[in-house]
Amino acid sequence: MIELAFVLATPFASGLILALIGHWRGAAEINSAGSLITLLAACVLTARVVSEGPMTLFDEQFFVDPLNVFLITLTALVGFTTSLFSRPYMRVEHEHGRLTIGRLRLYHSMFQMFMGTMLIALSTNNLGVLWVAMEAATLTTVLLVALYRTPASLEAAWKYFILCGVGIAQALFGTILLYFAAERVLGHEGGALLWTHLDAVKTQLEPTVLSLAFVFLLVGYGTKTGLVPLHNWLPDAHAEGPTPVSAVLSGLLLNVALYAIIRCKVLVDGALPTHFAGNLMMGFGLLSVVVAAFYLARQKDVKRLFGYSSIEHMGLITFAFGMGGPVANFAGLLHMTVHSLTKSAIFFAVGHAAQKAGTQVIDDIRGLLKHSPTIGWGMMLGSLAILGMPPFGVFTSEFLILTTAIKHYPWATPFLLVALGVAFAAIFGKVQGMVFGEPNVADLPHRPALIPVFVHLGLVLMLGLWIPPYLADWYRQAARLIG
Amino acid sequence: MTPAVSGQLINLFAAIMLLLGFAMLSQRRIITLINLFMLQGIVLSLSTLVVAQSTGQTHLLWSAALTFVLKVIVLPYILHRLIRKLSIKWDVETLINIPTTMLAGIALVVIAFNVAQPISQLSGTITRATIGIALACVLLAFLMMITRSKAVPQVIAFLAMENGLFFAATSATYGMPMVVELGIALDVLVGMVILGVFFFQIREQFDSLDIRQMEKVHEE
Repeated sequence: MIELAFVLATPFASGLILALIGHWRGAAEINSAGSLITLLAACVLTARVVSEGPMTLFDEQFFVDPLNVFLITLTALVGFTTSLFSRPYMRVEHEHGRLTIGRLRLYHSMFQMFMGTMLIALSTNNLGVLWVAMEAATLTTVLLVALYRTPASLEAAWKYFILCGVGIAQALFGTILLYFAAERVLGHEGGALLWTHLDAVKTQLEPTVLSLAFVFLLVGYGTKTGLVPLHNWLPDAHAEGPTPVSAVLSGLLLNVALYAIIRCKVLVDGALPTHFAGNLMMGFGLLSVVVAAFYLARQKDVKRLFGYSSIEHMGLITFAFGMGGPVANFAGLLHMTVHSLTKSAIFFAVGHAAQKAGTQVIDDIRGLLKHSPTIGWGMMLGSLAILGMPPFGVFTSEFLILTTAIKHYPWATPFLLVALGVAFAAIFGKVQGMVFGEPNVADLPHRPALIPVFVHLGLVLMLGLWIPPYLADWYRQAARLIG
Repeated sequence: MTPAVSGQLINLFAAIMLLLGFAMLSQRRIITLINLFMLQGIVLSLSTLVVAQSTGQTHLLWSAALTFVLKVIVLPYILHRLIRKLSIKWDVETLINIPTTMLAGIALVVIAFNVAQPISQLSGTITRATIGIALACVLLAFLMMITRSKAVPQVIAFLAMENGLFFAATSATYGMPMVVELGIALDVLVGMVILGVFFFQIREQFDSLDIRQMEKVHEE
């Protein structure tokens, strides 16, 4: 109980402290310290769930099981490494004159608040609160995307706000319909929005209402996950915000939105005899993979490039969960983990590379390997990992997803293979140009923080070669929960 | 109040909601748009009050009070202040002419009723027909959002959409749990404040709140 309180309270407390102290030099350190405390509390919480099993806390308002506890730990971990990366990154931005002290204060405070809203979304048992937390996560990041106050960043933030606002309004309608169905079984006093209660009675829920609710929920949270055709905000928001924000948007927020869809899918699957929810998810997922892969080749901005790559991977994960079954779910969960680690590592490397080159345009970044081998290698290895090269973990999960697709849905395999091939050609070609060749990049006033990049890539490598037994066990339990 | 009377009242309010939705869709003047939004808030809180009274659900009284404070007092006040400070011109430009928009709106209402029909039949509440109207309100607001080119009317459309959702929640299910309603209200309020800040920045950068101008920035 105390662990969860720490996990949830630390980000908000640090956010408040950072908002109050403002100009003080140690803001970045407080940011990292807050994230570290959150991470430690999340680890203790995980250990408890592993030994004691799922539990509901605080008058059943919060609920922790193998599915969300692994996402909580992942979120806390990436939050911590991002805060380490952002320390030198934001100092450089400040010295380049792109950010004032006041903006830095806003950034640090909102970063923590954003982490807090995501952790609430992951741990809450109440589907209504889940919606509220997702909307709050949008609101905190709107300000972060517009941090530079350039015309392009304001446009990106506006698009983000309006599209996600409209999308998430659909999700609210879905939640209302779900409550409407649940209330008939549970009554209005009995906590008809609590997931654990809904899960217990899911076979009695009205199928027509639930299928309609799922359509709205999938469209709503799908907007936030960046599924095609609702993905328009994602590349802009990734490209125009500061890089640490791109890293957490891509690595964490998309996962949280997908988590919301999965939770709802479990209920709908229980109520419907058909594979309706799964089919919808497979359709959206496949469309996202294919469309994003072909958009990749046209990108000129390096952060937009990796933004589209996130859409592709989210599509792949949605497709995996849509197929369902123990293997595909296992692969989906593994892919969520490795994508989030790899993508944030890539954004860390890209962020410093863009600072060195003074631009995000791919053609103007050259010769990273010669000038700063660590950034160059980080970017090269990260890209190879995200493209699914063995022995990285992404290969394992993509291999599992592909083989399951071949077995159960053979018609989908050619689409997936073509999309993966196109994505490989597009990203590898562009990254090669940036990494090799004669350097045109300059030194930075602060030493870049590259340890997070290699920690993440190391973890991804480990997951590709050997998944620790307790972790594998945990994935299996979570995969069983999803069904 | 007998159940029959309160049922009739709620249906009346539902009809007014829908009318207001159409009125907003056809409105060109921004001040009137805000006033219509305020009226929608009044109708929403009244209908919540009637549902609360006829079902004896005390938390709905709080919900009605919350709706009244937020949607009739606070948000219109913020919006009026914003347009005064930004000295926005009176007219609202639309991307598609208004008669066409109205026709599209009628089509949306028909769709909404069709979608909601199976659900309405299941509803055991006194207000079974209203879920279709609520969905229609949401879709009309959505249409308004698409067809307006300025930032402020888009935001009003966004808030009107939220009104429709609240109406669905109270009429079909006797309201969501209190904690959820409070959270939603808080989100809306924070969102409004953030947008207020945002408007000034957009204005600073673009000299206008026209969304079409923004889109030019990004075309490569």
